Amino acid sequence: MVDSVNWDWTTGEKLVSDINEWKASYNWVEEPYASPDGEKVAAIVNTDEAEFNVCENGKAWEIEAPFEKAWCLRFSPDGRLTVIASMDSAWTVVADGEPWEESYDFVWDMRFSEDGKTIAAAAQQEGEYMMVKDGVPWENSFGFITCMALSPGGENTAATVQTVPLGQAEVFKFQKGCYTAAVNGDAWDKNFVNVWNMSFSPDGSKLAAEVRLNLYDYTIVVDGQPWEQTFGCVWEPIFHPEKGTVVSPVRTAEGWTIAEDGNIIWDSRFAQVWHQKISPDGNKLAAIVATEFGRWTVAVDGKAWGVTFGDMVTDAVFSPDSSRVACIGTENQIYKIVVDGKVWNSEFDMIWKPVFSPDSKDVIVKIEKDGKRTFALNNKIWNRMCDEVWDPVFSPDGSKILCRTVEDGKYYRRIVPVSEF
Amino acid sequence: MVLPVIKVEDKIIDDGLDKGMEKLTQDRIENVIDQVMSGETGARLKAYVETCVHCGLCSDACHAYLSRDRDPKFSPAGKVKRTMSVILKKGGKVTPAFIRDASEIASTECNACKRCAMYCPFGIDPAYIMLVVRRICHLCGVTPLYIQDTAHSHAVTQNQMWVKEDEWIDTLQWQEEDAREEMPNLRIPLDKEGADFMYSVIGPEPKFLAGLIYQAAYIFNVAGLNWTMPSFPGWDNSDMAMYTGDNEIMGRNKRFHFEAAQRLKVKRIVMGECGHAFRSVYDMGNRWLSWAMPPVPMVHAIEFYYELLTTGKIKVKEKYKKSVTLHDPCNVVRGRGLHEKARYVINELCEDFREMHPNREHNYCCNAGGGVINCGPPFKNKRVANNRVKAKQCADTGAEILITPCHNCHSGMEDIVLGYKLDMHVKFISDIMYEVMEKPEIG
Repeated sequence: MVDSVNWDWTTGEKLVSDINEWKASYNWVEEPYASPDGEKVAAIVNTDEAEFNVCENGKAWEIEAPFEKAWCLRFSPDGRLTVIASMDSAWTVVADGEPWEESYDFVWDMRFSEDGKTIAAAAQQEGEYMMVKDGVPWENSFGFITCMALSPGGENTAATVQTVPLGQAEVFKFQKGCYTAAVNGDAWDKNFVNVWNMSFSPDGSKLAAEVRLNLYDYTIVVDGQPWEQTFGCVWEPIFHPEKGTVVSPVRTAEGWTIAEDGNIIWDSRFAQVWHQKISPDGNKLAAIVATEFGRWTVAVDGKAWGVTFGDMVTDAVFSPDSSRVACIGTENQIYKIVVDGKVWNSEFDMIWKPVFSPDSKDVIVKIEKDGKRTFALNNKIWNRMCDEVWDPVFSPDGSKILCRTVEDGKYYRRIVPVSEF
Repeated sequence: MVLPVIKVEDKIIDDGLDKGMEKLTQDRIENVIDQVMSGETGARLKAYVETCVHCGLCSDACHAYLSRDRDPKFSPAGKVKRTMSVILKKGGKVTPAFIRDASEIASTECNACKRCAMYCPFGIDPAYIMLVVRRICHLCGVTPLYIQDTAHSHAVTQNQMWVKEDEWIDTLQWQEEDAREEMPNLRIPLDKEGADFMYSVIGPEPKFLAGLIYQAAYIFNVAGLNWTMPSFPGWDNSDMAMYTGDNEIMGRNKRFHFEAAQRLKVKRIVMGECGHAFRSVYDMGNRWLSWAMPPVPMVHAIEFYYELLTTGKIKVKEKYKKSVTLHDPCNVVRGRGLHEKARYVINELCEDFREMHPNREHNYCCNAGGGVINCGPPFKNKRVANNRVKAKQCADTGAEILITPCHNCHSGMEDIVLGYKLDMHVKFISDIMYEVMEKPEIG
C-alpha cells in the first residue's frame, strides 16, 4: 500500500490545471486521470493526424517522436504516469515518458503491484504470448495467454497459458486438457480443460486458480495440485492472509457456499455466492450472496444481512478494523449504500467502491446524481457538484479527505476536513 | 415462385455426435438422466409432458414441419415424442444411439424459437423441453462438433470465435483508425470508467465483420454519446454454451459480461444486432446466476436505434431507396416485443418497407437460431431445407433487401437466399442507418 503521510494535507484548495486550456493546443484531449496524491492530472492528447502524446498538468511529455497510438493511461499507486503506446509499429509501456527498452507486437492488461513499484503487462510477439514485468519478458512464451495476475508485492507474474496446440474443432483433444497456469513463464506440470481467475498468496509464493477437470467437474488448484473435492462450479479463490489456506465459493447440490481447502465451512447455502473477502484481521469472511433467486445481499460468516436488493450487490469491502462491511446495492436501477446491513437513505445514479476511514468510523463514496459527480460521507452529500471526481482518500489520521475534482473543466485538489461535509 | 428443392443427406456424419456416442456407456446415460430429472427439472417439465394432448396445434407453428411437407416427425410434439417422451417412458434406460439421435433432433431440428409455445392452448413450451434434452446430451458428451467447439471457445476466451485478447483490442483500434479517415476525431474509448453506455458485440464481429464495429462507433460518435468498450474479456455478449446445454459455462460467460459493465460503472449496456445473445443476457444466462433481470440494464440495438431516432441524436439525410422487408428475430420479438420499434426504425430509414406475412411475433424463425447454424456445415442442407417456408415468405414480399437485426438470422437468411436463389440481399439495420444518416462535414 502507498503511504500518504508525506502528501500535502494542509493546502485547502489548489487549482492544479485548467484542462480547458489544453484543448486549445491539441486536436482533442481524452478523459483525464488524477494522480493518487492529487498533485497531477493527465490525459492522452492528439497532436496531429495519427500522432499522440500525454499531457500532464498542461505540459506534454518530451518524447523523441509522437506516439502512433496510445491507450490505457493510468497513474501507478506510487504516482508514476504510465501508458501503453505504439512507436514505429511496436508497442511498449511508457512510464513518466520513459519507454521500456523492449517493445512487442502488442501489449495490454497493464497492472501494478500494491505499492506501485512493479508494472506488469501481457505481450504478444510474432504470435507468441508472455507476460512482461518491468520491461523483462518471460523466458518462455505460449500460443495463448489469458487471466493474467501479478502478486501483491510484485514478486511474480502468472497467467493461464495454452501448452498443447489445438486445431479447428478438435473437441476431444480439448477435453483432455490443453491449458495450465504459468508462473514467471514456467508452466505447471499438469494440464486442465480450463484454468481461470488466479490469485497469488499475499507473499506471492503460492498461486491458486479455478479449474475445470473435464467438461463437468470444477475445483480449485493450488500450485498445480487440485483439491480432492470437486464441485458443480467454483468461483475465484483467495488466500487466507493469516492461515495460508485457500477459500473459494463452490456450488453443491444444495446450493452455493464457501469451501476452505476443499472443505465446506459455511452451513448456509445460497442461490449464489461470490466476491468473498477476508477481514484484515483474518477472523471474518464476507461474500456477496443471493439469499434466493433474484435477491442479493452480503453474508458475513455465512449469515446474510436482512436487507436485500433485486438488481445486484457489488463492491463489498471490510473496514480496516474488520468490524464493519460496506457495499453497494441496486434496486430498479437506483443505487444505494449499505453499511453493516443498514441502507443509507440517499439514492444515486451510480456509486463507486466505499472507502472507510483509518479508524473505521466514517464511510465515503464517489457518487453520480443527475449527471454530476461528488462524494457522500456517512450519508451526507458534499455540497460541491463536479464534472468528475476520483475516489476519495482519507488522511492518515482520518480527519481530512483528499478530494480530486474537475469543475467547469478545471482540475482541483482539495483537502476537506471531515467535519465540513 | 417455384422454389428449388434442397436435398438432405439421409444420414449426417458429425464427429461430435458419432464419437461422443462411441464413448458413452449405459451407466452414464442413466446417471445423467437421473441427475437432470431429479436435480434440474421439476414441476415445469412434468406439467408440460403430462398436459400435452397431442392436439397438433403446435405443428403449423413450426417452420421445419411446414417446410418438410408436414412430416409429423418435424412437428414440435413429434420432436418431443422422439426424444423426451422416450426418455421418460423408459425411465432413462435409453441407448447411446438414442442419445446421439436425440442430440441431433434437439440441436439441429429445433431452434428453440418458441413460436409453437405461442400457439399451444395449454402454454406448453417445447423449446424448454428441447433444451432439457440438449442438457442431457451435453452431460452425456454427445453434442454436434462445431457448436461444441464454440462452447469451448467461450470457456477459454469468453468469446465465441477464439478471438485472443490482443486481437480484440487491435481490431477496435484498427476500426477506430479507419473510421478517422471519415471522422478525424472519432474515438472508440476503451475502458472508460463511468461512461453512460458499454457497447458489446458478439465474437464474429471482430473476427469477420469488423465493419459493423466501425459503423457502431460512427453512430455513437455522431450521436455524441458517452460510451466505452471493454478491452478485457466480457466484451462478447453471445453464448453458444447456452445452446449446448453447458449451463455452467453459459453462466460464467454472463458473469464476465455483466461484471465488465459493473467494473466500468456504466449505466446501460447497448448490444449489437444479435438475438440469441439478447436471450442469454436477458433471460437464460443472467437467471442461471440468480440475477432475475439483467443487473445492468441491457438495450438491444433495435431499442437503441429507436432512441437515437426519436431523440433526434441521429437524423436521416435521405431515406434508403431500395425496397426492404424485415425478418423479425424470435429472441427480440417473441422474447422482448421489439417488433413495433423495429418497424418505426425501418420506416424512418427506408422509403419502401414491405411486410412479410406472417410477421411480428407470428414471424417464422430463420432456422439458424437456437444454435442450429452453429452446428456447422454437416447440417447446412438440412437447415436450409427445413425452412422452405421462410424462403417463400421472403420471396413473396418482392423486396430487394432483407433486413435481419440478428447475427444468426443474418447468416441463416444468407444461406436461404442463396439456397433458394432469391433475388435479394441481406443487411443489418446499422448497414442502412450508417448509409442514410446525416454525417458531419469533414473540416
